[in-house]
Amino acid sequence: MNKCRPDTSLSAGRSDTVTASRARIGDRIFSRLTLFFGILIAVILIALLIVLNIDAWPAIQKFGLSFLTSIEWDPVREEFGALPAIYGTLLSSLIGLVIAVPISLGSAVFLSELAPEWMRKPCSFLIEMLAAIPSVIIGLWGLYVMVPFIRNPIEIWLGSNLGFLPLFEGPPFGVGFLSAGIILSIMVIPIITAVSREVIAAVPLTQREAMLALGATRWEMINRAVLPYCRSGLVGGVILGLGRALGETMAVTMVIGNAYVLSPSLFSPGATIASKVASEFNEASGDLYIGSLIELALVLFAITLLVNIIARLLVWRTVSVRGTGE
Amino acid sequence: MNKWGKNWYTTIAAVMVASIALAACGTPSGSPADTPAVPAKSVNLTGAGATFPAPLYTKWFDQYNKLTGVKVNYQPIGSGGGISQITEGTVDFGASDGIMTEAQMTKAEQKNGPILHVPMTSGAVAVIYNLAGIGTGQLKLTGEVLADIYLKKIARWNDQAIASLNPDLKLPDAAIAVVFRSDGSGTTYIFTNYLSKVSPGWSTQVGNATSVKWPGDIGGQGNAGVAGQVQQIPNSIGYVELAYAEQNKLAWAKLKNTAGNFIEPTLEATTRAAEGVSLPDDMKVMLTNSSNPEAYPIVGFTWILVYVNQNDKDKGEALAKMLWWAVHEGQQYTEPLTYASLAGSAVSKAENAILSIKYQGQPLIVR
Repeated sequence: MNKCRPDTSLSAGRSDTVTASRARIGDRIFSRLTLFFGILIAVILIALLIVLNIDAWPAIQKFGLSFLTSIEWDPVREEFGALPAIYGTLLSSLIGLVIAVPISLGSAVFLSELAPEWMRKPCSFLIEMLAAIPSVIIGLWGLYVMVPFIRNPIEIWLGSNLGFLPLFEGPPFGVGFLSAGIILSIMVIPIITAVSREVIAAVPLTQREAMLALGATRWEMINRAVLPYCRSGLVGGVILGLGRALGETMAVTMVIGNAYVLSPSLFSPGATIASKVASEFNEASGDLYIGSLIELALVLFAITLLVNIIARLLVWRTVSVRGTGE
Repeated sequence: MNKWGKNWYTTIAAVMVASIALAACGTPSGSPADTPAVPAKSVNLTGAGATFPAPLYTKWFDQYNKLTGVKVNYQPIGSGGGISQITEGTVDFGASDGIMTEAQMTKAEQKNGPILHVPMTSGAVAVIYNLAGIGTGQLKLTGEVLADIYLKKIARWNDQAIASLNPDLKLPDAAIAVVFRSDGSGTTYIFTNYLSKVSPGWSTQVGNATSVKWPGDIGGQGNAGVAGQVQQIPNSIGYVELAYAEQNKLAWAKLKNTAGNFIEPTLEATTRAAEGVSLPDDMKVMLTNSSNPEAYPIVGFTWILVYVNQNDKDKGEALAKMLWWAVHEGQQYTEPLTYASLAGSAVSKAENAILSIKYQGQPLIVR
């Protein structure tokens, strides 16, 4: 607002024709309008936070910080804690990323550096199509096709050969953290691939040519000149994927097994914040129960907000670096 | 001017007298309400709540609209949602598979006066399992054993407690995978109500609610989620609505009732359950663990929740008539849709509740 002022007064001093003044009014209306919309978005975000806080207040007041560390979730006795849900959210997203990142980066490098020209467009199109499949469909496919396969042979094999590790102990139900992580990896691969491909494509050609001119192989060129150049952009893409994984609800609810436990085993059924809220909100009654579910939502809000801010900062940095590089 | 002005005053006075006279005629007698035919005027009713009876309600309201022209819009948003909507007064009736708690009743009564639980139909919860070579109705369980399985105290199928009930079955030496409903639901409410009645351990450790703190193992989303897990995981046990189990031909267990008989979950055995429980006038009763020798033990009513005092005469009257129709003629649609019909004293208690619905202190329908 204040920035605009001197500008308009300057043009007012200069212009006295009808068209100029009309344009000035138009400009003014336009700037006010965009300002209004800009503020509106911020207001919606703040209003959302306020409303969530009001509704969560009974739980915030009752449990305080112990809400974040308690493992209880007992609607009958009205004792609630978020730790198993936070743990489940972070663990399933971590498994998702561990699987998705190598696959996504590999396919992004292939598509932008190595693939023959005729393959690039159709392949990237297909990968991006994966992002358009509704999560409920992926969840159903997960429950009826993927989970039986994970139970037998994957979990049975892992359990009988590596069952001495706490990571693979417990009965092979099929549903659990492992299945949730795999489903999440399928859902974030298209996001990470698309962002990485864009970021790699933005690396200046001179960078590659210089490396090749020094006698580097193609692998050395990619490894030493291309990837380090766009490293922070790649990290930004991964974090955007993480943002999606943290908030994913339907598909995860279907395959995670929905048990509220804190278990190191990947075979164990678990719960995420989003799956817990989606499962129980409809039938929840009583201020404390509803308040606790909403406080869970607030925790998720905080986690995703943090992740998104980090992603923005990283992507921003790549873009500005690229700007000065060219 | 003068002449017009005078006339104007006379007209006003005449209208006022006439309207007072009309109003005086209109208010005192409530007798026109007992005519059976519904007025041709189109009345819209809205309701929200339980998902379990939603297929039956949809059928009812469609039929009722064809018969009387009254439109009923029902939103199956879940029992908890139904209770909060009727408490807020945003719908004409709520629907629930569970009894409103004392706190919920107080909240609603403070806002809109006394509220009624009118039973519409009853439903049963079938215990389903996945055991190789053991078909439907072959496994026998008691309430105590079922509670101990869900408490994870009985962890293997060949446990002595299960084996002694099923001497002629070859039970596997395998861990029991316990499947529960992860979303809050009336089905869970009825199931945990039964377990609380038959097992002191269950009622102290877990309790009775639409969602509870489960000791184990896997949660499935909705009836389909539970049935899906049980069908996929060998040696598992779960619970679903009878209608769902029947439509999907799931293998279910026979349960021992209080008379000592092992009963399969059928519609007949579900209807019988209401005959072994003494029904209080307010109908706020769970039918679990009925003493009728032919009754299946895990059964519950599903209710429509309405306020005694209606604010709108036409709507209130249409609502009362619709409920009256539902507990009488409407019952013929229950069995084809795998719901159990109301019988005996359940019908007369429901009638009493419907007859008590009032507008400005006057009953809206008369028997």
